[in-house]
Amino acid sequence: MARIIVEVMLKPEILDPQGAAIGAALPRLGFADFISVRQGKRFEIEVEGVATPEKIAEVKRAAELLLANLVIENFSVSVEE
Amino acid sequence: MRIGVVTFPGSLDDRDAARAIRMAGGEAISLWHKDHSLKGIDAVVLPGGFSYGDYLRCGAIARFAPIMDEIASKAKAGMPLLGICNGFQVLCESHLLPGALTRNSDLHFLCKDQELVIENNSTVWTSGYAKGQHITIPLKNGEGSFQCNDETLSMLEGQGRVVARYFGENPNGSRNLIAGISNERGNIVGLMPHPEHAIEELTGPSTDGMAFFTSVLSSMVSS
Repeated sequence: MARIIVEVMLKPEILDPQGAAIGAALPRLGFADFISVRQGKRFEIEVEGVATPEKIAEVKRAAELLLANLVIENFSVSVEE
Repeated sequence: MRIGVVTFPGSLDDRDAARAIRMAGGEAISLWHKDHSLKGIDAVVLPGGFSYGDYLRCGAIARFAPIMDEIASKAKAGMPLLGICNGFQVLCESHLLPGALTRNSDLHFLCKDQELVIENNSTVWTSGYAKGQHITIPLKNGEGSFQCNDETLSMLEGQGRVVARYFGENPNGSRNLIAGISNERGNIVGLMPHPEHAIEELTGPSTDGMAFFTSVLSSMVSS
C-alpha cells in the first residue's frame, strides 16, 4: 500500500481569514517571530501496491476535479515515503 | 409555470423557496438531488442550506449530485436558474458562474437584515426591480465572501453582471461589495442573501424579495 498526499492551499492573493486569526493568536502565546500564517488542507489517499505514475496521475485528476477549487486554491501532490 | 426547487441532503430553505414561488403565483415542484428527471419544469431554484454538510467546500459535493447534470445542461441552453446562498456556492463550484464564496472576513456566521442595491434589472430574476433600487432582505451565512481574480472582476463589472451589491459597510469581505452575479445571458443568477425569506411582513424584514420570483414568472409569460 502506498500513500499519496495532496496539499491544498488558498492562492496567495485570496484572503485567508482563518490563517490570519491563527496568526494573530500566536504572538499572544509568546511566538513573537512568526510573520504570517496561512491555513490549508492535507488529504492522504491510500492506493494498492506502489504509487505508480498512473496512480499519481489519477490522484492529480481527483485533486483538479474535487479536492481543490482551482478558482481560489492551488494544490501539490507528493508520495509519502 | 412550474419552478423546481432542489432538495439536497442538508438543504434548509427549500420549503421557503417553494412557498415564495407559490405566493408569487407559480407552481413549486420539489426535486430530489438523486432525480434525473426535471419533471417538465420551466425554471429552477437551488436553495440555501448546508448541502452534504458543506464538507470539503460549500457546494463542492452537491455539484456532482445526479440532478446537477440535467440542470447544468438546461441552464446552459437558457432555462432560468437561481442559486440562493448555498445554491450560489453550488453554481460557482459547478463553474456555471465565475468566482468562489469563501469564509466571511471576520469569521463570524452572519444573520442579519441586509440592505442591497439592485445593479442589474435585465436578468430574468430581477426584471421586476428598478435599476438602483434599494431592498432589504436577510443575509445568513458563514462563507459568503465573493472572491475572484482581477480579470474576472473586471469582466463581471464591464459586462454589467453584478446583479446586486451590499449597501453600506462590507458585511463579509466580498470583492466590490458583490452580493450577486449572473451569467452573460442573464438566465443564471447567484445571490448570497435570501429573497425567499422576505416575501411577507409577518416573517421577513420586508416583502422586497418577492420580485425575484414574480420577475421570473413574468419573463416566462412574455417569452
